[in-house]
Amino acid sequence: MSEIILSVKDLQVNYGGIEAVKGISFDVPKGEIVTLIGANGAGKSTTLKSVVGLVKPKSGSIQFNRKELIGMDTTAIVSKGITLVPEGRRVFPDLTVLENIKIGAYLRNDDLSGDIAWVYDLFPRLKEREWQLAGTLSGGEQQMLAVARALMSRPKVIMMDEPSLGLAPLIVKGIFDIIKEINKQGVTVLLIEQNANMALKIADYAYVLETGRITLSGSGAELLSNDEVKKAYLGK
Amino acid sequence: MIRNNEKRKETILGIFLLLLLLAVMTFIDAKLPSYHIAIKVIKKASVYALVAVSMNLLNGFTGLFSLGQAGFMLLGAYTYAVLSIPVGKRAGVYQYFDGGWIQFSIPEFFSEHLGETFGLNMGIIIALLLGGLVAAFFAYLIGLPVLRLKSDYLAIATLGFAEILRAFFQWKKLGPLTNGSNLLKSYPDFGSATGYIVLIGIFIALIVLLVNSTYGRAFKAIRDDEIAAEAMGINLAKHKRMAFIISSFFAGIGGGMLAMYMGTLQALSFKSTMTYEILLVVVMGGIGSITGSVITSFLYIASMEWLLRGLDSGTFLGINAPGLFKNGFRMAVVSLIIMVVVLFFSKGIMGDREFSVKGLIRLFGGKKAKENAGGDGNV
Repeated sequence: MSEIILSVKDLQVNYGGIEAVKGISFDVPKGEIVTLIGANGAGKSTTLKSVVGLVKPKSGSIQFNRKELIGMDTTAIVSKGITLVPEGRRVFPDLTVLENIKIGAYLRNDDLSGDIAWVYDLFPRLKEREWQLAGTLSGGEQQMLAVARALMSRPKVIMMDEPSLGLAPLIVKGIFDIIKEINKQGVTVLLIEQNANMALKIADYAYVLETGRITLSGSGAELLSNDEVKKAYLGK
Repeated sequence: MIRNNEKRKETILGIFLLLLLLAVMTFIDAKLPSYHIAIKVIKKASVYALVAVSMNLLNGFTGLFSLGQAGFMLLGAYTYAVLSIPVGKRAGVYQYFDGGWIQFSIPEFFSEHLGETFGLNMGIIIALLLGGLVAAFFAYLIGLPVLRLKSDYLAIATLGFAEILRAFFQWKKLGPLTNGSNLLKSYPDFGSATGYIVLIGIFIALIVLLVNSTYGRAFKAIRDDEIAAEAMGINLAKHKRMAFIISSFFAGIGGGMLAMYMGTLQALSFKSTMTYEILLVVVMGGIGSITGSVITSFLYIASMEWLLRGLDSGTFLGINAPGLFKNGFRMAVVSLIIMVVVLFFSKGIMGDREFSVKGLIRLFGGKKAKENAGGDGNV
């Protein structure tokens, strides 16, 4: 296994008055796609929000390149190279596509033109809609924009919270192809999904999260053929 | 290349239009006496435009619903007046407070050293800017606690702040500074409406630059989705405070200029009604549209102060009906107009779009311009 870029140990988080994450540990190796799968309320989103500092954990440790992230604010964490594509896309509806993309690079002071060309290359559709307000895009386009926006911070790790949520199967396939492509270009991906089938197919390694605890882990292929996973998440 | 050419043409036309406006202003100034209603309307409307744009920066672009505008204007107005009353006239103005604590006048000081007209105007501008700074400083202080509040709660807190401030300024113990509940007067004025237009034009241009900068984008991102903005690494507290302070700074300057326009100053006139009036201009112009706020300020002030006056005094549009056109009828008509505007333009006259030279070309240029219309959200 290659070098660990993001490491979570005994993470406990209280969120909205309940203990959402009850001491989980997992590692994300550099350059791989790691996925956390699990049902609603398993604590997946809370975990990602803790990593990026939007939620303050109760205890545990989150290390990025062996540096502790807990206690840092989101601005500092994002500028270190971790970015979150939030659940439900959350593009800025009254800003244009281009403005949304530029916001993603908010913490950078260097020239953006190369990166803008790069994300337009990944998502040619966004180039066509450069001047359109993001709120007028279709769901799939908004998801593309959310990913493009996140990439503009030039992340080392991109975390995606349910990118397939509410999208048609064909669009979902397109999004997952892009995730693979981004990963191929060297960005480590931490993906959380309810769509376990798609997620496990592209994941190098996967963890199953149930009510705040990790109950199972293994390579994507292993979990795909695991009986429990099949029964609980793949509907087979 | 074609795009660059178009851009240059737009810029040239824009500058030409601004110069034309300036020429018309100077002409009006030279032709009409300073007490003429048109001059009064231009002065007051330009002040309202600045204050409305500053409120729009906060309410429209950053999504912070604040109702403290009158309070910050009060701070700017008093700072300007207190620092500008000529020393010789202080004994008369502060007659109940032994001439007051402060015994210097910034415009007077500058006119002694830099020449009569230039020095006086410089002094006025510096005193106005100081008024803005005082308002900004208070915004920083009260921003620390109140910016943690959201939507309606923020509005209530800022409204309360403005009301407390108004009472505080009338406190007798502060009399030697604020003259208590008595009038402040005799401070200098630009005299011409052109001065108002030029100065306010510069301030509004600065706000436009801010809105189109990276900071402006961050403000708009916070307005659209706080959590997503935070996830992008935008420091919410810092940016909200920044928008609040900048908005208050310009509101303070606007307050100083309003004092200048009114000629006399009293804390009593900075009621919450004034904030609502400005909010009305912002909403009718379009929340998030700077040109909307400016155009509406002029329309609103011109109708209220001038065009519709006849509705209160017997004769309107040549119709003489003293029975109908009497005191209070003007307000009824204004309310009706507001209702119609809100019904037919639910997002205000301009929505969140801006009036632009490109839009003008498109409007008058017909076909050729239409082909180039990329649809970048402008009219």
